Amino acid sequence: MKPVAEADLHTYIDGALSEGARAEIEAWLASHPEDAERLRAYAEQNALLRSLFNPVLDEPVPPALLAVRPHAWRRYAVAAVIFAIGIALGWMVRGMFITPQLLPVSLARLAATAHAVYSPEVRHPVEVTAAEEEHLVRWLSRRLGTTLKAPKLSPLGYELVGGRLLSGPQGAVAHFMYQDARGQRLTLYVSRQRGEPRDTAFRFSQEDRVSVFYWVDGNFGYALSGEIRREQLLNVADVVYKQLNP
Amino acid sequence: MDRRLIIEHIPRLRRYARALVGDRYVADDLVQDTLERAWNKFYLWRPGSDLRAWLFTIMHNVFVNQARRRRYEIELAMDELPAVAVRATQGEQLELQDVDRVLRSLSAEQREVVLLVAVEQLTYEEVSGALDIPIGTVMSRLSRARERMRQLLGGQAVMPLKVVK
Repeated sequence: MKPVAEADLHTYIDGALSEGARAEIEAWLASHPEDAERLRAYAEQNALLRSLFNPVLDEPVPPALLAVRPHAWRRYAVAAVIFAIGIALGWMVRGMFITPQLLPVSLARLAATAHAVYSPEVRHPVEVTAAEEEHLVRWLSRRLGTTLKAPKLSPLGYELVGGRLLSGPQGAVAHFMYQDARGQRLTLYVSRQRGEPRDTAFRFSQEDRVSVFYWVDGNFGYALSGEIRREQLLNVADVVYKQLNP
Repeated sequence: MDRRLIIEHIPRLRRYARALVGDRYVADDLVQDTLERAWNKFYLWRPGSDLRAWLFTIMHNVFVNQARRRRYEIELAMDELPAVAVRATQGEQLELQDVDRVLRSLSAEQREVVLLVAVEQLTYEEVSGALDIPIGTVMSRLSRARERMRQLLGGQAVMPLKVVK
């Protein structure tokens, strides 16, 4: 009997042989039990490896991976330039005809950009994690010059991931991140507002894929961002507002 | 260009990355880097050719470049390696743990080949294309990897005594 090539033995278990070649190998294996045992072990390895890793296919894909887009940095760079121009224009014409009511629009945009930049982060979504929540809140409060609170959203299924300090047009910005069991993330952006203290109603803005509810309360602007449906986000925004204004 | 084309491959990319690097978060980082690169090079993909094989090629390149910088390579301490033929046959869970440990003990080169063939079920030609190595190299790595796994899993030890010849 002609010896069978090693490669053909592997091809046999990986299942890509013609009928004739199969028969030839089976004849060989019938009279070569060592090779037969070896192939049985290899076939078992295939089966074990598949049962080890196939469950990954059933896991929900992390939103961070779904959010990867072409030329992400270019989009952010373009967005940043547009903001810079907008802010510069706003500064130049302030007091001419741009009324203070227009400012919250940029609040929504800034919040949406911060959301788009940080929420897809897999390894470094926040600077300080929820494990040090007390420290986080104290730190951000000190930097914003007020007493902040990180709203508790666990009843809605969102746990605090942590937060970070950002810079905004009015200085320090507090950025809190929440996440639900599926990895869906929401961010709360809190920044000092220019001008006289005032209150506004909830406003909604759709910035690309990011939905934002924002409002001004006294000297501070709040914006809640997420890539979820408007009604769901409103529901969360409502809870956030009530917790901050008990 | 259609995002869905790439998105539908994400679960399989995650499976392969997990098998390749072991750690869940490191694996998802690898997938993320692969997707970013794939998007930025999407114009290089020839419509009609196998997108999945192309994505595996990109992941391989990212993995190799990063492994060179030691980011994805999870080194196993020597004492974690299975001693020869320590097969625990109580239950499938232990068996799976053994397989995972033995898989980690292979060189990255052998691991890639064995996973692309066994788990991703690519043909040898596709593996040769994805890893950019000759088919003879695919076969020799596959053969060595399988034999090493068999030895480490103690295939010999649990085999019935040979009575033939």
